[in-house]
Amino acid sequence: MAKKSVGPVRREFTPWENPDHPPFIEFRNVSKKFGDFTAVRNLSLKIYEREFFALLGGSGCGKTTLMRMLAGFETPTSGQIFLDGQDLAGIPPYRRPSNMMFQSYALFPHMSVEKNIAFGLKQDKLPQAEIDDRVAEMLRLTKLEQFAKRKPHQLSGGQRQRVALARSLAKRPKVLLLDEPLGALDRKLREETQFELMNLQEELKMTFLIVTHDQEEAMTVADRIAVMDKGELIQVATPSEIYEAPNSIYVADFIGDVNLIEATVSEVSEDGTKLHSTGEGFLIESSQTTEAAPGDKVWYAIRPEKVRIAKGQGDAGAFNQVTGIVWDIGYLGDVSIIHAKVGADNRDILRATFANVSRMVEDPITWDEDVVLSFDRDAGVILTR
Amino acid sequence: MTRGPTWFNITSLIAGFSFLYLPIVLLVIYSFNESRLVTVWGGFSTKWYVSLLQNDQLLDAAWVTLRVAFVSASIATVLGTLAALVLVRSGRFVGRTLFSGMIFAPLVMPEVILGLSLLLLFVAMDQTRGFWTVMLAHTTFSMCYVAVVVQSRLVGFDKSMEEAAEDLGCPPVKTFFLITLPIILPGVIAGWMLAFTLSLDDLVIASFTTGPGATTLPMKIYSQVRLGVTPEINAVCTILVALVTLGVIAASIATKRQQVQRERDERAAFGAEG
Repeated sequence: MAKKSVGPVRREFTPWENPDHPPFIEFRNVSKKFGDFTAVRNLSLKIYEREFFALLGGSGCGKTTLMRMLAGFETPTSGQIFLDGQDLAGIPPYRRPSNMMFQSYALFPHMSVEKNIAFGLKQDKLPQAEIDDRVAEMLRLTKLEQFAKRKPHQLSGGQRQRVALARSLAKRPKVLLLDEPLGALDRKLREETQFELMNLQEELKMTFLIVTHDQEEAMTVADRIAVMDKGELIQVATPSEIYEAPNSIYVADFIGDVNLIEATVSEVSEDGTKLHSTGEGFLIESSQTTEAAPGDKVWYAIRPEKVRIAKGQGDAGAFNQVTGIVWDIGYLGDVSIIHAKVGADNRDILRATFANVSRMVEDPITWDEDVVLSFDRDAGVILTR
Repeated sequence: MTRGPTWFNITSLIAGFSFLYLPIVLLVIYSFNESRLVTVWGGFSTKWYVSLLQNDQLLDAAWVTLRVAFVSASIATVLGTLAALVLVRSGRFVGRTLFSGMIFAPLVMPEVILGLSLLLLFVAMDQTRGFWTVMLAHTTFSMCYVAVVVQSRLVGFDKSMEEAAEDLGCPPVKTFFLITLPIILPGVIAGWMLAFTLSLDDLVIASFTTGPGATTLPMKIYSQVRLGVTPEINAVCTILVALVTLGVIAASIATKRQQVQRERDERAAFGAEG
């Protein structure tokens, strides 16, 4: 049997697994306080060269502050930031080898598209011929050739976004910082642009650091994601690890949809763990080993798409299955979500989703029907915090 | 439902406009009066405009006024813009409330008090009063107006544009001249024009702070009117009204054209994306 891995493998690029690999960007015990408010709390993080790294979190979690400290717009209250081995302390933003794409795009309204793109190159006093070449290259890369002479207000939202991207890429920075770069675009354009960003990053062989509150965006583009909350890193891992093996209730709940089942540990062995769900009163057998001891209260997190649903009644004493009544059905086109009431007094709700793989369904599951919900031994994760 | 204007609307409109503009219209009409008597119509003539050109006193006063207005508006614009930048940008600092209150106080301060206090200052400093003292006095009070106008422009300014410039390698001072100033320029120009007009028609402060040889046009007109209104004064005022009207019309045409151009551009942009 082939070795099981978590999710699809994106590319052969895992420098973080090698402890000797030198980091490209390093935050070392960085804190930032604004008055009484602590935006970033004693945070350490390593980001590697050519990595596409995402800082993910809700508003006010400190992700933007962290990026702004790297760009030089904020000074850390304590701690150090290194970029390519250089301590960035005391270096003003205009001397840092990073460039930033702003959430508001921050295009210069009084300059044409090509002047906007050339701005950074002019500050470096490059020869005019080289500036022209570079601008032309950027215009081609972002498909903006026909808009070169236009002013920002003569462009649509998507075009403005590309100008901002071209401007921040023009100087070929060591790191490109993207602050909610796609927030203002509509869904379809956002998805297209996500893939364009990934291709650009591959093509230019640069390190990208993106700040976003959109978990789908982070999952799509990033090699690794750091989930932040209240100025601290909760988990730093690949998108599939974050999704399939969250290390806490916060991460499990923040990323995607999840059933969180409160349970008590009944048996711990090398082979796995047995749990007894508190509310629903059903038995769970997990292949995961845990540090929790029998009697401890834990959470069992299972994604709705990993719950199988079938008509009928389950066996009362069997592991990893529970009988319920269909309470709600949500049809989303590609998938359907079923909310089933489970447990002794049908109090708790368990969610299951399934892909609508065929157009015509014989005898479909309907409201108020008895169903069996079941899942595999390795379908969910046991969380202790 | 009645569409369009009712009789009540039309009447009140006419009444309102007559109230505002009838005196000015009369002034313009009488400036073309043949008769020397202001209130008696003696036929059409432009002779008062011709005699105006030979009235060196009035022309001198006009020249002084223009110079005072130009220099004071320019200095006030620089100082007012700096004050607005400090107010909008510096965040909270000790004495900010006091500072902003003191910037705006001259807006509501009676001109007589301002004029008198400036006069006392100049006397105490043993300054000979003349062109420079009027100019300084005008700078002092018009600076506040510039600060207000520029401040309103700065409040809507996206600070990340400056950050973007710095991020791209542009030091702060250069950023101000390359990015900030061009963007707030309409506000700065509007402030300059406001300061210029305020200085042009100021009578009270100028009469307190002026000295021999620096009589401004409003002062000249005022002193001549006291000796009786002559059609020549009507002619001067008509020219002033014409200048102001032309300025306002030019400004509104420019704004309108800019707006039309902008709308057309935006349509083009979204059409292209379509």
